[in-house]
Parts: sequence; structure tokens; C-alpha cells
Amino acid sequence: MLKTIVGAATAALMATTAMAADFKPAVIFDMGGKFDKSFNEGVWNGVKKFIDETGAEVMEFEVTNEAQREQAMRRMVRRGATIVLGVGFAQADAINAVAGDNPDVDFAIIDVSWLDQPNLRQYAFKEHEGSYLVGVAAAMASDSDTVGFVGGMDIPLIRKFACGYVQGVKETNPDATVIEVMTGTTPAAWNDPTKGAELAQSQMDRGADVIYHAAGGTGLGVIRAVADKGKLAIGVDSNQNGIAPGSVLTSMLKRVDVAAYDTLKSAMEGKFESGVNVLGLAEDGVDWALDDNNKDLVSAEMIAEVKAARAAIVAGDIVVHNYDRDGECPAEFQKRTLSASLSADDITSEIKALGARLDELEAMLK
Amino acid sequence: MTYLDFLLIFDSALRLATPLILCAMAGLISERAGIVDIGLEGKLLAGAFTAAAVATLTGSAWMGLCAAVASSVFLSMIHGFACITHKGEQIISGIAINILASGATVVASVALFQRGGQTPTLDRDERFSPIDLPSTEALTDIPWLGPLWKELISGHTIPVYIALISVPLIWWLLWRTRFGLRLRAVGEMPAAIDSAGVSVTWLRYRALIIAGILCGIAGAFLSTAHGAGFVREMSAGKGYIALAAMIFGKWKPWSVLAACLLFGFLEAGANRMQGTPLPIVGEIPIEVVLILPYVATVILLAGFFGKAIPPRALGTPYRKER
Repeated sequence: MLKTIVGAATAALMATTAMAADFKPAVIFDMGGKFDKSFNEGVWNGVKKFIDETGAEVMEFEVTNEAQREQAMRRMVRRGATIVLGVGFAQADAINAVAGDNPDVDFAIIDVSWLDQPNLRQYAFKEHEGSYLVGVAAAMASDSDTVGFVGGMDIPLIRKFACGYVQGVKETNPDATVIEVMTGTTPAAWNDPTKGAELAQSQMDRGADVIYHAAGGTGLGVIRAVADKGKLAIGVDSNQNGIAPGSVLTSMLKRVDVAAYDTLKSAMEGKFESGVNVLGLAEDGVDWALDDNNKDLVSAEMIAEVKAARAAIVAGDIVVHNYDRDGECPAEFQKRTLSASLSADDITSEIKALGARLDELEAMLK
Repeated sequence: MTYLDFLLIFDSALRLATPLILCAMAGLISERAGIVDIGLEGKLLAGAFTAAAVATLTGSAWMGLCAAVASSVFLSMIHGFACITHKGEQIISGIAINILASGATVVASVALFQRGGQTPTLDRDERFSPIDLPSTEALTDIPWLGPLWKELISGHTIPVYIALISVPLIWWLLWRTRFGLRLRAVGEMPAAIDSAGVSVTWLRYRALIIAGILCGIAGAFLSTAHGAGFVREMSAGKGYIALAAMIFGKWKPWSVLAACLLFGFLEAGANRMQGTPLPIVGEIPIEVVLILPYVATVILLAGFFGKAIPPRALGTPYRKER
């Protein structure tokens, strides 16, 4: 009897150690590189946090041309990876093929929700909801009633950002104009800061004084050009408020770091689950960024309005149009009417709460 | 479209054309001396990286510019060593330089800054800032001329002005000096120059040094004036476009300048047209807008180009008869 218990215990012990030894994660960063201060860097922050916490070794690869994606994934599998994390919609086809060929290996991908593989976990975000919030802030910060949007590659995902932003702006100020441009139609559009600067310049020439970018590395050029002219930029994906303190109104946070961290953590603990996870405002998957760098740019009214809009979206009173659903963006939006009016106390407590949440996030990342 | 809108498009065109002008002038002087310079792209990229890296490390944009020129001249000298001294194939050597620059910049950048091939973003005083030319204030109130001066002519960074000055300078150097006459002759008939007792090798090396300097300035413009830091492959084919502009301009400085400005203008126009409704047709789809510069280039090249005659000795290494 004792023998069996000991035997079972050793077996269990062996199973856990074997599991830990077998755990070999790999991350395939996409074009732009893991220090793009944006999407890839967000994933990297999550991966780094995981490494710091667990001491696990994570294999990495940075894709520099399109042919490498599938190649890199297959190489990671050959090198014994037990979980492969793909970053970005552009890797969807590659991961679909590799996951199909390797049913014993777990796969996860961020920004994809349409694949069907039993060993694949997919993360999608409700970017339109986060973009709506920064649209509200942009409309309130603009003096010229003209705001801009610079997208990276012209794909439905980026249209989704644009559409949510336009809705946020127009429902706050129906008279506002939104100038919308895309950098290009190839993946090179994610990594062309000089073109980003030139596009932002052109929008400012046309009167824009707040410009939101969803353009990866290209957006760094947008932020710089806007900062040089003393106007306001809005960052994306990671918290970009610190890139040009005092010139970045806020950032639309997309918590890809959380997605990356959760994926690796659950895989390590043997709790990996496949399926589609869609994270929106209600799930804290998207948000706007408030920290020391932008606290002087954001007024109390702005915070109140964004908070009210946020609550209304979570409650379902405001439906932010999802470009993915019908592939088009409505031309007209009505001004938003919110019954919720906030007292001064509410505002102060909200500022405190946001500050505390940010501290918490930073502590988590350190 | 108002007058001011046009000025702002030209303003943007000038910035976009600057690296093209400098590289095309570099290509022009080197090809006039008989050396095919397909390595413009690589020199541009190397210059961009060195400028950003040195500006970050020293905090001075001028130090960055000097280092960019040095690195670009160094690559030029490799090219010269391969195809002047050792009479190698010039296209191959040029492509080798492009590949070398593309890899070496990323490797060096990772080694120095650990940011996956980028350099840190440069602060305002580590970059070339736009400078206001004198009397901008005085002219502001004059109609037409005031905005023209303020928006288009004044308010650019120093490399933009260097690029504009380089054109008459190269023209003067090639067509008004003894050095220029010999340099052009060496591209047409090196044997004649040799029999006159002038060194073909040294002339060609000097052409490559000047080309290197110009490409270095273009690189510094990309990363420390137009941009704010180096990103991998940031030259994005501009060296090749400059080469096309040089052929389009038939190896003549003023025509090459016009070709570069045209390419710049088409790109600036495309940037501007996005999301702007036009009369009659309304808003044009983004794909159409983005493809316009290329379509226009093809039409122009096919319809308005005429015959381009390259320097006769272009691409052939000079062998002394014994």
C-alpha cells in the first residue's frame, strides 16, 4: 500500500519535473522587431515579465522578411519548442500550417481570431473600443476641431482602429473633422518613420492638432513630427506617453503583454487551453494610458468624459462600430448623450484609481 | 487647393527629394568618371546608421554628419579598391556594398544599443533643426512672396540646403574646371587621359571620394534631420530611385535635379491626396493614391524620356596598354 502511494507520488513528481523540463517556449516577433516601442514590444514586455518571474528560457526569433515566418516556426518546433507564440495577423497563415502539421505542440497567436486548429489559442482585441476612448480625448483636446489618424498597412485591423476613433471623435464633437491616412499597402508600411513624419506634417498643414497613429515603427516618426510642431500625438499598443513627454496626449493600450504572459504561464503550468479570447474594455484588454508624462495634458473634464464613455461601452449603452463585422465604417455619427454626470469627488477618486492601476501595472512589469 | 496648399506640397517634396538629390549627384560624378555606382543605397544606409549612432553617443549632430561622411567614403573606397585597383566587376562590387551595409548596420546597432537594430530616438539638440533664413519676418506680410519664402524656401534643415547647393557645385566642378574636364574624359576615353600623362586611377578614386561624401550627407539627413534615429533598412530603396533619377536626367546635373524633385513631388502629392475629396471624382481609394507615383514614373519614362547616352567607358575597368 505504502509502496503504491510512494510510487504514485514519485510518478506525480516525475511528471511535474518532466513537464517543467519539457517546457520550451518560443516567440516569433514580427517585422518591426521587438523594440518597436509598440506592438512587438508589448509582447516582449509580457515575455520579459514571464522570464523574470519564472527564470524560464524563451527562444526568440525576429522576422525580417515574409518568407521567414513559417520557416522560423518550423525551426522552433524542430528545436523542441512545446509552445510557439506568434505575434500579429501576418503570421496567421504560417501558424495555421505549422499548427496543423504538429498536433502535439501548442500554438498561440495574437491579433488573430479566425483560425480553426485544436492546438491553437487565439487572442483578439476590441481595438475599436480603446480607439473610441482616445477619440473622445482627442476631440476634447483639439482646438482646431480637426484631428488626424495615421494608419500603418492598409488592412481591416487598422481600419477597425480608425473607425472606432472616428466614432469617438464625432460622438464627442459632431463638427470635428478627422483626416485619415494609411502609410502603405505592404508590410514595409510598419517601419517607415520618415514617411510617418511626412504624413503627420501634411495633416498638421491641413489643420490637425491631435494625431492618433496605429502604425508600429512608422508611428515613432508621427510622434516626433507632432512633438516638433508642439501639437499632440496619441500612441498605440504600448504606453507611448514617455516617447515625447508633454506631446503625447495619451496612448491606446492594447494589453498584448497580458496575452503573452498568460499564454506562457498557462502553458508552463500545463493549463494551456486552445480557443479564441476576445479582450475588450470590459476585460481590461484595451484601455487608455494616464501617467506622469501626460497628466498635465489631460483635463479633469476629459477624464470624466472618457470614464463615462468607458462605463457606457462596458454597460452596452454605447455600441462601438466594429469594422471587422461588415467591412465598412458608417459616415454619420450622432452626438453622444450620457446621463451620468460626475461630481468633483468622483473625478478625484478616478484620477487616483487610474494612477494606482498604472502603478500596479508598472510594478507587474518590473 | 489654395496657393498655400501647393507651397506646402512643394515644401514636403523638397524634403523627400533631398536624399535623392544628394545620392543622384554622387552617382552622377562617379558614373561620369566611368564607375557604375549601384552601391548608393548601401552608402546611404551606412551613412544613416553612423550619423544616428555617433549623434547619440556624442550628442552632436555635426559629429554624426562627419562620421556618416567617413563611413560612406570608406565604403566608396572599398568599391574603388575592388573595381579600380583590382579591375573587378563594378555591379557586383556595388551590390556587395549594399548587402554589407544592410547587414553591418543592424549588427553594429544591436551590438551598440541592444534595441533590435534601432538606435535610440534622438533628442532635439542631437538632430539638425529647421533653420529660418534671414528676413523671414520682414517678408511675411508681402503677398505671394511672403508665404513662398516662409513655407517653401526658409525653414529647412541644413542638409536640404547642402543638397540644393550641391547641384550647381557639381555642375561647376564638372563643366568649368580642369579637374572636371579630365574627370568627364576619363569616363569617355580613359586612354586619352592616360596618354596625356594624368593618372586614371587617381582621378577615378577622387570621383568616388566625392560620391562618398555626398552619400554620407544624404544618410545623415535621413537619420538626423528628416528622421530621429536609425531604423533597419531605413534607406528603403532611395539609393535605387536616385540611380533611376540620374539616368532619367541623362547624367546632367540640372536635369537630374528636376527628376529628383519630380519623384519627391509625386510622393508628397500622394501623401497629401489621401483622404482628401477631389472635385468630380470624390475621394480616391488609398491603393490608387499610393500607386500614383509609380504609374507617373512609368508614363514619364516611357513618353518623355528620349534616348539616354551613358558615358562611353562606363563599367569597363581601365587597363593600361603595355
